[in-house]
Amino acid sequence: MLEIRIHGRGGQGVVTAAELLSLAAFREGQYAQAFPSFGSERMGAPVTSFCRLDAEPIRLREPIDRPDVIVIQDPTLLASHDVLAGLSTDGWLLVNSSRGFAELGLADWVAQFRPGRARCVPASELARQHLGRPLPNAALLGGLAGLTGAVGIDSITSAIRERFAGAVGERNSAAATAAFTLSRTEPVPC
Amino acid sequence: MSQTVRFYQTATFTVGNRLLDPARRTVQASAERANAITSGHRACQGCGEALGARYVLDAAMRATGGDLVAVNATGCLEVFTTPSPQTAWQLPWLHSLFGNAAAVATGVAAALRVQGKRTRVIAQGGDGGTTDIGFGCLSGMFERNDDVLYVCYDNEGYMNTGVQRSSATPPAARTATTPVIGPEGGNVFGTGKSLPLIAMAHRLPYVATATVADLHDLEAKVTRAMTVHGARYLHVLVPCPLGWGHPTDETIQMSRLAIECGVFPVFEAVNGEVERATPIRRRQPIEAYLRPQKRFAHLFAGDAVDPRVARLQALADDNIRRFGIGGPP
Amino acid sequence: MLKQLECSRAIAETIARCRPQVVCAYPITPQTHIVEALSELVRDGSLSPCEYINVESETSALSVALGASATGARAYTATASQGALHMAEVIYNVAGLGLPVVMTLGNRAVGAPINIWNDHSDAMALKDAGWIQLFARDAQESLDLHVLAFRLAEELSVPVMVCVDGFVLTHSVEPLDVPSQEAVDRFLPPYQPVQVLDPADPVSIGAMVGPEAFTEVRYLAHHKQLQVLTRLPELAAELAQLIGRPSGALLHPYRLDGAETIVVAMGSVTGTIEVAIDELRAAGLAIGAVALCAFRPFPLAALAEALADARRVVVIERNLAPGLGGALASNVRMALRGRAIPVHTVIAGLGGRPVTRAALRPVFESAARDALDDLVFLDLDNAAIDRELARSGERRRSGPAAENLLRDARRPR
Repeated sequence: MLEIRIHGRGGQGVVTAAELLSLAAFREGQYAQAFPSFGSERMGAPVTSFCRLDAEPIRLREPIDRPDVIVIQDPTLLASHDVLAGLSTDGWLLVNSSRGFAELGLADWVAQFRPGRARCVPASELARQHLGRPLPNAALLGGLAGLTGAVGIDSITSAIRERFAGAVGERNSAAATAAFTLSRTEPVPC
Repeated sequence: MSQTVRFYQTATFTVGNRLLDPARRTVQASAERANAITSGHRACQGCGEALGARYVLDAAMRATGGDLVAVNATGCLEVFTTPSPQTAWQLPWLHSLFGNAAAVATGVAAALRVQGKRTRVIAQGGDGGTTDIGFGCLSGMFERNDDVLYVCYDNEGYMNTGVQRSSATPPAARTATTPVIGPEGGNVFGTGKSLPLIAMAHRLPYVATATVADLHDLEAKVTRAMTVHGARYLHVLVPCPLGWGHPTDETIQMSRLAIECGVFPVFEAVNGEVERATPIRRRQPIEAYLRPQKRFAHLFAGDAVDPRVARLQALADDNIRRFGIGGPP
Repeated sequence: MLKQLECSRAIAETIARCRPQVVCAYPITPQTHIVEALSELVRDGSLSPCEYINVESETSALSVALGASATGARAYTATASQGALHMAEVIYNVAGLGLPVVMTLGNRAVGAPINIWNDHSDAMALKDAGWIQLFARDAQESLDLHVLAFRLAEELSVPVMVCVDGFVLTHSVEPLDVPSQEAVDRFLPPYQPVQVLDPADPVSIGAMVGPEAFTEVRYLAHHKQLQVLTRLPELAAELAQLIGRPSGALLHPYRLDGAETIVVAMGSVTGTIEVAIDELRAAGLAIGAVALCAFRPFPLAALAEALADARRVVVIERNLAPGLGGALASNVRMALRGRAIPVHTVIAGLGGRPVTRAALRPVFESAARDALDDLVFLDLDNAAIDRELARSGERRRSGPAAENLLRDARRPR
């Protein structure tokens, strides 16, 4: 079982990201369970979403305290919330940032991760480029696919298109693909 | 030959049905009337509500050809018509709770609509079930414009449970929860609400007030209401000899006095505007209405007249002015 | 056919296939996605003919369903928590009148303190109103139980509450199979009312009943509930044939063979419990579980049979009966009358506190060693309790306990 936790703020598509990830995994024949941290609707408030992937049906119904993968959609959360809780250096870390782990103050910790398992991806910039606005969730899903290989990029883009029709789906797919390519590029950008 | 006749009713004598063209006679005058509430019910002698409900429902049954369902709130009417295992109702009748008659009626109307039926729906309750505990559901039904005629039988208190104060109880009236104790006994001034005006604020297709004193008027309003679809409201004043403390044979007289002193304006409103208000034929001072009722007896104790009588007169005057129903003094 | 769906959405699609004729709804977290999806299905014509009514309170929501049902229409509504309590009078009324309304309860804690997260206190508050109460152990079962509910309700003239854990199940996105329209149509015939408002044949519904007949009327309500004990398994089998998989039961046993310690629970927590059971079995512990699906009627005989060889029982309660302990545990003890084995009450998951394997495992192990207290509050912060008791002991005006505990929880140590 692979357990993924996504952190961001209300309005950034954190919950949709987990759903799309689960949809992509489903298309590949995996079992996927996606659910949000639950609370009242509020723009800008911290939001966490979760996704479990497995080859077998998933029976567990608890939050993910020891994630294998953490995705940070909004790095401003790093300063105020313990969004990295439970992640070991055996896991994967993906952060939406064009600045790099050093500037985020995480360089020492990230250095303990296995090579290629911690990356920053400029997802907001890619989103601005492809969508015209900094909604980073699709790009980060592409980055996640590249970083972990947990799901294929084609499954991600198919899921995006299934959920969002027309131009919206196309542009988000493009952003995801761009981030995927970036995340597979050597040397490690961050 | 056309026939224009104006009637004057004196006391409880219903005049003139025999002189009228059969087409203009009341439903009650007909042997074919539905008797939607049939005899054998357990109402008090002289009950205004039993009278009012019979008038309303028989008129509605005629207007709809008997294709009618009634939903009833808890209260006097429900209690005295269904002393288990008997029922006085001769139409399909549903009683759920005290405060939800309007919502239940909405459900009945929705079911009929989805089944493609044209059966009409009446919801009915006393003032307690309408202006107080049923207010939320009622406003919801009004706001959605659900196809229900809601009839409130207003006897100005919770009578079935022993005469307690409701938001329809007039100022100064004695009830079991507004006792005559202290310098200003009885119900407090500056409280209460007008359901007809509130109904109008919802811009309903039809709102009307009526009493058991004018049978023709009441039946005409029910008939008119049944020609309209959407949320409609009818507020009927129904004196309660027990709760008001007047002789049981003066129920209709009390209703007439309420009209004639201006305490109960009789009018019709369409889409939130008063369309027609019945002018008072022979204006009466408020005392003529208050004195016969024991619930106001404390205002006339000894030789003095309580100053609140003048305040009640002022309220009546205000109604008359507001609805433009002033008649000759 | 499996699709990756949000459970609430899938519930709405399942309800739609049951062809309700009147749907009325007042929004309350966590049921909102169900009623929103139903409004879409009615608007786009997928669910037709159907009247969808936006009411102004929960009292009205169930009252509209009541009126519709009494007029011969299949009626549905959904609520949770505060909303269920708001409509409590109507809940008793619907059951007392014998109207087959089906309602989803998105289990959520009842305040005060106000809390929007999952526990079973709303269902427990209404357990004796005369409704059939079924608890879904996972998202798939939450769909199937609604189909069973309509059939059961209409056959017996008893309303049914399908309990679906708020957020945990309602907001979960996972592979789900919405039963096909064909299967549902074969399972669920059109509603044939026992009593109906019909001008052609008038009846009076809702008369007062005095001491001379009230007991008999209530006995019949009890009698009808008892029919569920035989009919639910039969109907579940019939539905299973049509949809090609199991679909509900009075209870679901899990690894009971040779189990000396048996855990009893309801709802979604059973998934986590099963994972914990597997881990403990692998470590050699003789432990199993029972997930109760029917809570009302309470399956005394079936549970007694499932627990026949248990040496001890651990009940995971997602509710609290202050001053007593657990409502579920009390009912479980009824099933074990005549047998002197320990029944432990573990109060867990109140107000949405996660129930984790990590917390459950030591509790199960303690029970197996007969070292567990009678009444246990899982994951209780004893230090915070002690501080609050000290605070309120110091002075009279110690303030709202809830605020004190929250501040305490946020204070760095």
